[in-house]
Amino acid sequence: MDVQYWTFSIVGFTFLLYIYIALKARASSTSEFYVAGGGVHPLINGMATAADWMSAASFISMAGLISFMGYQGAQYLMGWTGGYVLLALLLAPYLRKFGKFTVPDFIGDRYYSDTARIVAVVAALFVSFTYVVGQMKGVGVAFSRFLEIDYEWGVIIGVLIVFFYAVLGGMKGITYTQVAQYCVLIFAYLVPAIFISLIMVGTPVPQLGLGGELSNGNSLLHTLDQLSIDLGFQEYTTSKKSFTDLFFVTAALMLGTAGLPHVIVRFFTVPKVSDARKSAGWALLFIAILYTTAPAIAVFARTNLLNSVNQISYNELPGWFNNWEQTGLLKYEDKNGDGKVQYYNDQNESFNREIAHPNGWQGNELFVDQDIMVLANPEIAQLPDWVIALVVAGGLAAALSTAAGLLLVISSSISHDFLKRWLKPNITEKQELLSARISIAAAVIIAGYAGLKPPGFVAQVVAFAFGLAAASFFPAIVMGIFSKRMNMQGAVSGMIAGLVFTASYILYFKYFGGTPDQYLWGISPEGIGTLGMIVNFIVSFGVAVVTPKPPPKVIEMIEEIRIPRGANRAHEH
Amino acid sequence: MSERNAKKYWNQNIRYLLLLLILWFAVSFGFGILLAPSLNKFSIAGVKLGFWFAQQGSIYVFVIIIYLYVFLMNRLDKDYDVND
Repeated sequence: MDVQYWTFSIVGFTFLLYIYIALKARASSTSEFYVAGGGVHPLINGMATAADWMSAASFISMAGLISFMGYQGAQYLMGWTGGYVLLALLLAPYLRKFGKFTVPDFIGDRYYSDTARIVAVVAALFVSFTYVVGQMKGVGVAFSRFLEIDYEWGVIIGVLIVFFYAVLGGMKGITYTQVAQYCVLIFAYLVPAIFISLIMVGTPVPQLGLGGELSNGNSLLHTLDQLSIDLGFQEYTTSKKSFTDLFFVTAALMLGTAGLPHVIVRFFTVPKVSDARKSAGWALLFIAILYTTAPAIAVFARTNLLNSVNQISYNELPGWFNNWEQTGLLKYEDKNGDGKVQYYNDQNESFNREIAHPNGWQGNELFVDQDIMVLANPEIAQLPDWVIALVVAGGLAAALSTAAGLLLVISSSISHDFLKRWLKPNITEKQELLSARISIAAAVIIAGYAGLKPPGFVAQVVAFAFGLAAASFFPAIVMGIFSKRMNMQGAVSGMIAGLVFTASYILYFKYFGGTPDQYLWGISPEGIGTLGMIVNFIVSFGVAVVTPKPPPKVIEMIEEIRIPRGANRAHEH
Repeated sequence: MSERNAKKYWNQNIRYLLLLLILWFAVSFGFGILLAPSLNKFSIAGVKLGFWFAQQGSIYVFVIIIYLYVFLMNRLDKDYDVND
């Protein structure tokens, strides 16, 4: 039984499981379709939120990214978890009490304006759509790499599976499938991590293994620091770079997380306000299991790499090296023709002068793709074939669960916010449910098509999604809850100012040839959403003080959402 | 609930929020970024303290903050008889 056999069986089994759950959890009303009927247990919702949140990027790429960035990788670890504190304390309980279906619902009602609603719908569509294309790409890559079928067929199979359970079950189907997907992905992430931790430092807990000792009695991190310096890299556990950018990027990722519609909407599905708070706790706990394991994997993988390849003769490299060379994720080029691998930092001038050139090294000879750190782990640790298959199923679960959550936001934005609340308020619930199914079907197909021919900008849209969410939704919702003075004029101009500021900064540096030395205070485009949020706050309050107070009806609504008692299940009006 | 009680309930809620958000800021942006270089002189379980906060500790504290919030708010809701 080879890897192929195991991969087909395990992936096939998980897909059958998802379809079975979808058949069991069909949605029969708009409430079930948008918010799973509002009756999801907080623990179940926490698990679904964790799967919703952790994408192909978290599962496959993050540990590798950290592994190359060292200390700086903290921006992803803190940025993609800290947002849940903001979500739990500032947004989730109040939005649950508000008790409607979508984020534009809240913005539109709180700011008593269809303009505000439409700005929110457009922002929600843009953020979710750019994000979903990346997931489709992740599905295609996972299939093509492991099942040796074409990338295109990988995307098509992924689209069919999501199509089936999202169109049929809406939020209800998606929620219970996400629970299964969380179990698959966390098991798949932990098994190789535990084995590698055991092999390298002799403890089964990767989080503790981070501070462990190698078999020769030396501290793991100290060894890694030394190895990094010896090869001309930056010391792993510290950074000489400016803290300003790290600060702003971390903040933008946190604020963006708290403002992403597909995350917020998950808290509309629990029965009570107190459940929304609890559920955020569960969600972060489930996320933290993966996010505290990732930095350990990063350290193990980096130490392994630096230890096992440098100055080794090409013919003596371990078997996994040749396997992964065939996928293009590892590339070796013998620049100085000595038959050995030289892996070092050839951008480091003093290292080149003092060590590399005197030794006859003519540049770094090894190219390592970040994704390999998770994907090749089972082979490096010589784990059985079924573990490799499990990692594939885990990566697919991560990509599919995130895609489904995003597609639901797209569909509810169109059928609920756009059609029912704005264009055609008189349609019946049955018609709205049908239009929700049609729009989610259309969204799946368009996302799949975009995944087949990903436009070049996809790799860079993550900065966009987080930046725009941080500069628009987060401040608009927080002010809507915590300020009774904030009015329609203030919020709308704040959102537009935040969006325009953030979008033009990102566009300038990503597409119109801006260079890093022109960064404002050294802030990279990934971190500009933080400043966009501040711009939003300033403009909002500036405009609000010179324009009329919100009407009494809205003040009443604010007082209402501040008190937990009396939250009904999410309803229409 | 009377208007006065509603105001008191809300103010206490804001006090809890500020306290917890200061903690949130301190462990991540404070210990994990701004103070990390000085904290690196110490270590916890074999890991430099600043690095540990940046890549492990802050995440543990985030989880604790949310559960602390759940506990404090459930108690407050009961005190003011607004629990659901």
